[in-house]
Amino acid sequence: MDLFLEQLPVVIKSLNIGFLQTLKLFFATLLGALPLGLAISFGSRSRISIIRYIFKVFIWIIRGTPLMIQLLIIYYFPGLVLHNAIWGGDEAGRFAASAIAFIINYACYFSEIFRGGIQSIPVGQDEAGLVLGMTKSQIFFKVKLLQMVKRILPPISNEILTLVKDTSLARIIALQEIIWAGQAFMKGSQGISGAIWPLFFTAVYYLVCNGLLTIVLGRCEKKLEFFV
Amino acid sequence: MQILEAEHICKSFDRTEVLKDISFSLEKSQVLSIIGSSGSGKTTLLRCLNFLETPDQGIIRVKGETVFDGSDASYLKESMIRKNRLHFGMVFQSFNLFPQYTALRNVMLAKELQAKARPDYKEKKKQILEEIRAEAEELLRQMGLEDRMGNYPHQLSGGQCQRVAIARALALKPDILCFDEPTSALDPELTGEVLRVMKELAAQKMTMIIVTHEMTFARDVSDQVLFMDEGYVLEHGSPDEVFGDPKEERTKQFLSHFFAS
Repeated sequence: MDLFLEQLPVVIKSLNIGFLQTLKLFFATLLGALPLGLAISFGSRSRISIIRYIFKVFIWIIRGTPLMIQLLIIYYFPGLVLHNAIWGGDEAGRFAASAIAFIINYACYFSEIFRGGIQSIPVGQDEAGLVLGMTKSQIFFKVKLLQMVKRILPPISNEILTLVKDTSLARIIALQEIIWAGQAFMKGSQGISGAIWPLFFTAVYYLVCNGLLTIVLGRCEKKLEFFV
Repeated sequence: MQILEAEHICKSFDRTEVLKDISFSLEKSQVLSIIGSSGSGKTTLLRCLNFLETPDQGIIRVKGETVFDGSDASYLKESMIRKNRLHFGMVFQSFNLFPQYTALRNVMLAKELQAKARPDYKEKKKQILEEIRAEAEELLRQMGLEDRMGNYPHQLSGGQCQRVAIARALALKPDILCFDEPTSALDPELTGEVLRVMKELAAQKMTMIIVTHEMTFARDVSDQVLFMDEGYVLEHGSPDEVFGDPKEERTKQFLSHFFAS
């Protein structure tokens, strides 16, 4: 017990640093994947069949292969095949590679949710906007966007909670996120080795984080209840 | 002076001909009712006037000015269509109100967006928006909705929604107001309140084209009635002529369902 109390502050400090990296990856992914997902959803609904086809194949590949493989390819491919290690070997490089892999992966999932959201809005809303002389972009932003947000919020919330946990995959390219930090104490770090309990502690971080997100996202849904 | 002239309008969807050489004209302040069975092309005709469908052929003129000519592709430009369709207002069967805006905002929205393009918008923004709001409030009052302006569509009855939709269309001051079966989604009581509003508009000399299954209303309010069947205009005349003395057998057959004599 004494040993545990002695180790606890060291472990917590280390986990906090790891979790900060987790959060950074989480927010970077959201910030990038939401707009990119919207763009991809437009591409996959393009009137030009070639463009639509290209987007569909891209979405198929990204959704059809593990994110872990995508991380490995994005991180190692430039160095191994093109002999140009664009990411560098440091933590910043690993973070950049992780963020790009996550953004592309989540953008594809988001894009399909957006596509469903756009298509679920009755065509009468477009027509009402058109006969009132609105432009296509006015109809999208002033009429359809909020209705779409309301409809896609529950599935997007799902993806957001999954994303929090998926960030741990970045450990495969040695990004020092929270699970990496917890695992370090098994192999020996800062004088502690063979300790598995720090790894269990990481679960609490995820749980609390997703608990807070659930509350925030629930409030957003509530805010949109003023219309049907 | 004819406010609307439609000549030789044709429209097909794939291989189905929905409108076959439709021509008619309408004088200012007149009410034209279009009747006929489902699938006769009434709604498609109305949608062509609002450019929700593009006619394959034909010419449409409003106040003598050509707004569509099937043989001239320049009328198909989006900016052109957007400008020309403002001659027409449109009221839909299913209202199509914007659910996230109050009744008042539904009426104001298009006008606000238009105002943003005005060169003096930045200087006089407050005054312009105030005018738009005052006009919208006045229209809703005319529709008998003075105590419903702050309500969202889902808080309104079908009849109230349809009256908001009429106010929304009127806000842009169209030359011709089109109604596509405006009461088909309403029960008889709510139908009554919408028809009353439409009668008032007719009395105020609003030019209107009404696609409807309300035969009694069509007979009472219209100056002209057009009976359509399978994409053709079979009968066109005053309500007395069309309802009282139809020439075609098909018209008699159709009307017999409504007026048991």
